[in-house]
Amino acid sequence: MLAEVQQLATPNVEYSALLPVLVLLGGAVLLMVIGALLPRHSKVPWHSAFAIVTALASIGTSIPLWFRVRDDGPISAVANAVKVDGLSIFLGIVIAGGVILSSLLASGYLKRERLEGPEPYILLLLSASGGLMMAGANDLLVLFLGLEILSIAVYVLAGIHVRRARSGEAALKYFVLGAFSSAFFLYGIALVYGATGSTNLSEISTFLAANVLTNDVMLVAGLAFLLVGLGFKVAAVPFHAWTPDVYDGSPSPVVAYMASGVKTAGFAGLIRVFVYAFSAYRVDWQPLVYLVAVATLLVGAVVAVSQTNVKRMLAYSSINHAGFILIGIQSGTIRGTQAALFYLATYSFTVAGSFGVATIVGRTGDNAHQLDDYKGLAKRAPLLAFAFLVFLLAQAGVPFTSGFIAKFYVIGAAVGAHSYWLALVAMLSSVISAYVYLRIVLAMYTDDAAEGTPRLKVPAGARVAIGLSVLATIGLGLLPGPLTDAAKTAVHATDAPGAASAPAPPATAQP
Amino acid sequence: MSALLAAEGAASPSFPILSAVVLTPAIGAIVVALISKRRPEVAKQAAVLFAVFTGALTIGVLALFKTHGAAFQMLDHVRWIKDPEISWSLGIDGISLWLVVLTGILFPIAMLGAPPHHDEKSFYAWLLLLEAGCLGAFLALDVFLFFVFFEIVLVPMYFLISGWGYDERKYAATKFFLYTMFGSAFMLVGAVSLAYLHAKGGPVTFDLRVLAEHQGVLAKTTERWIFVSFAIAFAVKVPIFPLHTWLPDAHTQAPTAGSVILAGVMLKLGTYGFLRYGLYLFPEASAWAAPGMVTLGVIGIVYGAICATMQKDLKRLVAYSSVAHLGFIVLGTFAITQQGLEGSVLQMVNHGVSTGALFLLVGMIYDRRHTREIAKLKGLQKPAPIFAAVFTVVMLSSIGLPGLNGFVGEFLILVGSFLTQRWWAVVAVTGVILAALYLLWAYQRVFHGEPDADNATFRELKLTEGLVMAPLIGLIVFMGVYPKPVLDRIEPAVTRLVHHVESNSDHREPRVAHDAERGK
Repeated sequence: MLAEVQQLATPNVEYSALLPVLVLLGGAVLLMVIGALLPRHSKVPWHSAFAIVTALASIGTSIPLWFRVRDDGPISAVANAVKVDGLSIFLGIVIAGGVILSSLLASGYLKRERLEGPEPYILLLLSASGGLMMAGANDLLVLFLGLEILSIAVYVLAGIHVRRARSGEAALKYFVLGAFSSAFFLYGIALVYGATGSTNLSEISTFLAANVLTNDVMLVAGLAFLLVGLGFKVAAVPFHAWTPDVYDGSPSPVVAYMASGVKTAGFAGLIRVFVYAFSAYRVDWQPLVYLVAVATLLVGAVVAVSQTNVKRMLAYSSINHAGFILIGIQSGTIRGTQAALFYLATYSFTVAGSFGVATIVGRTGDNAHQLDDYKGLAKRAPLLAFAFLVFLLAQAGVPFTSGFIAKFYVIGAAVGAHSYWLALVAMLSSVISAYVYLRIVLAMYTDDAAEGTPRLKVPAGARVAIGLSVLATIGLGLLPGPLTDAAKTAVHATDAPGAASAPAPPATAQP
Repeated sequence: MSALLAAEGAASPSFPILSAVVLTPAIGAIVVALISKRRPEVAKQAAVLFAVFTGALTIGVLALFKTHGAAFQMLDHVRWIKDPEISWSLGIDGISLWLVVLTGILFPIAMLGAPPHHDEKSFYAWLLLLEAGCLGAFLALDVFLFFVFFEIVLVPMYFLISGWGYDERKYAATKFFLYTMFGSAFMLVGAVSLAYLHAKGGPVTFDLRVLAEHQGVLAKTTERWIFVSFAIAFAVKVPIFPLHTWLPDAHTQAPTAGSVILAGVMLKLGTYGFLRYGLYLFPEASAWAAPGMVTLGVIGIVYGAICATMQKDLKRLVAYSSVAHLGFIVLGTFAITQQGLEGSVLQMVNHGVSTGALFLLVGMIYDRRHTREIAKLKGLQKPAPIFAAVFTVVMLSSIGLPGLNGFVGEFLILVGSFLTQRWWAVVAVTGVILAALYLLWAYQRVFHGEPDADNATFRELKLTEGLVMAPLIGLIVFMGVYPKPVLDRIEPAVTRLVHHVESNSDHREPRVAHDAERGK
């Protein structure tokens, strides 16, 4: 007993393995300090540049880790509460990429809205550090910690536009509902702890592989609550109600981060908990996730049809896409996880680019998001319209875009797991969403702009962000090989589901 | 794309002509898109140049084609994605040969014969992209690659209809896109299921020949389900009754060039799909589904013909006549006999030529009179006799008059289907009579009689328009009088296909068919 206490007192932290998170945290703190020294209004976007450099540094520190993990296997850190493996590094890079894209978008946006200052970037970096923590969590408490760090920063970000009532409304809604879902999540952790005697995911996995619970009501209830908490973050139906309002009300660059970074972090949690830790309980959670996936796919696609606000359309479409990623998780296979990783990486670019376009078309005040505001965009700003066209086609799953390949892999995973109907529902839902995308395309390309529509200014940062997203969307659609290999390596450099299981024969245990 | 092209050169020893056929218009589309908006005439010249060059390449393919080869020729193979194995794999046989040539000829004609009235540059860029997609779909020997091309053609066609179409263009374009995508949704799930189940846990491949030549891996029921998923996609594209409702709208609202390509080439993606990804890929399931498919084909023939008779709009009439003609092709395909299949392949080309020409002529009428309503047109023969003569030849070809191309195809289809689907063939013959009814009646109302004031000034066929029509008229007559060179190249591939179906299913071609074959 005494030895255990001493061990707890000095856990092996492995700072080098935690560098990507530490860089983001340190960057956030540093920016908080020097933010006071840098001019608030400056020609050079110092704050944005600082955030981008920090995120790049986080990616930079991930790369040696990636090769180390690929060659020597996963690393455990902080008394096995954190796992540094293929999964965490891959998703960490995706989240950092989301930070870069939204920082690029934010610099022009904040200037336009006269909101310059270091605060949004500090929050963005903090939130991303929480996301990375979630991606690497090997303990439900660390996962919760990451979830809260991620969320609280985003609640504030949603309300960063202080002069816009809807921004405040979005923040409040997001906060109240988010806090509610966190409570569910915490209760789920408690129940799982009660059922298995541990919050450590490896230990839970080992315990479940070695023991058969005679009464698993508590465990399954705990799992269901965990699904609620994480489902809220990824906007899965029926925990999606906040999404359209919050996406509509929040500043558009923040939404770009919500739909890429936050979503990725949420799915990281889902993969860690369900696919890996609870792989022994697959039979119990798979039907649940199946139902959630079907509902997410259909609600996201169908409700989007009746929207007239482009940001709300994109919000519902992001729900639909969450359904696609859930398919990868539902399959519970290596192939499914790979597909989900590929989807998250490509969708981050596409959705960040889409909200980047919305940022610009929204104009000063961030209010011009009706379908009518997109009329004649092809004539007013041909390149911007073309970029949006590429993003919309990618989201519809048209070939030669990354979205098509992503859907293809997900469908492959579903078929591999014999979920043919789920695959079919998914594809049919994408036909319904295609109608939504086509409405936007029609508005941009065949309608004429209303008289006196002011010219659009595209700031340099947004140009870079949207350009990068277009390149990624088309490039990965033509040559998906490198990213496919990376996703594969990521999954192979992660302990297989249930691999931690003890070879001991199953014994019956009382909870 | 350039990386693909570079790898292509390294992989095959000789010049990869089929890749060149697909990539030339694709590169052309990019080049045209980059030309300045203020120089529309340069864009047009560049586009026509690329289209003519592509056409020349397809003629080159025709020249290199070994007449008596039954297997795929001029293969190109470059791996695209490692796992699952997907390749840029192209090849050609007697079934796809003429469709490729038809595509190569019809695009420059559509470009020259029906220029747009605004935004020339984007119009030509989309057309070239469409050409690349169509050619890719006809040449692909990889199920995934085929799907990619099958699906990508939607985008340019959608923009052509919504950007340059008539009043209801937005509705028609959206309907067209969603209908086809609805079908494709089934096909994607089917294709992925096929590849994964066929792999049996081993390495997954989408190679058409591997999947088609190793039959009996899947359970019969599974195979039938997957066939149905493919068939839905093709049925929408063909279109087969009752999934045809997008077609009259899309055809009527599309700009003339769009209609020509839609009818001439794009509908063939569906019928070609039935041959290559139906009969070849799922021989057993195709034979199983044949009675149902034949029934739908015949319903299409009769229904399309009746609807065409009742139309008030000339373009809509031609659109419905397409439903009827494609019903014939479906009938011939699922009769699964030597003559029926040869007739289907030939009729695909015939329909492309004659309906393409009809749409061009209707487009010319609209340009002159700004209406397509039959009731408002009268006595055009008086002011424009040459125009009327050209229209007559094209119309008679569409009706299937002996001596013109339509007859050869329809005759072979009827002979072929009479052997296996006797009564349906009998019903289908009424389609020929109805075709004569609706086309002649329309001709009579539009061209005969005394022209009123509006129609008296109808402009005669211009020289440039005549030059555009000339190759089509030439093909109509040539293929009607001397179809042998065409049929000779179709035959070996069809024979192989029939054997493939027979050796993998209970279907047997009736003895008469073989005897008739020997007698030929």
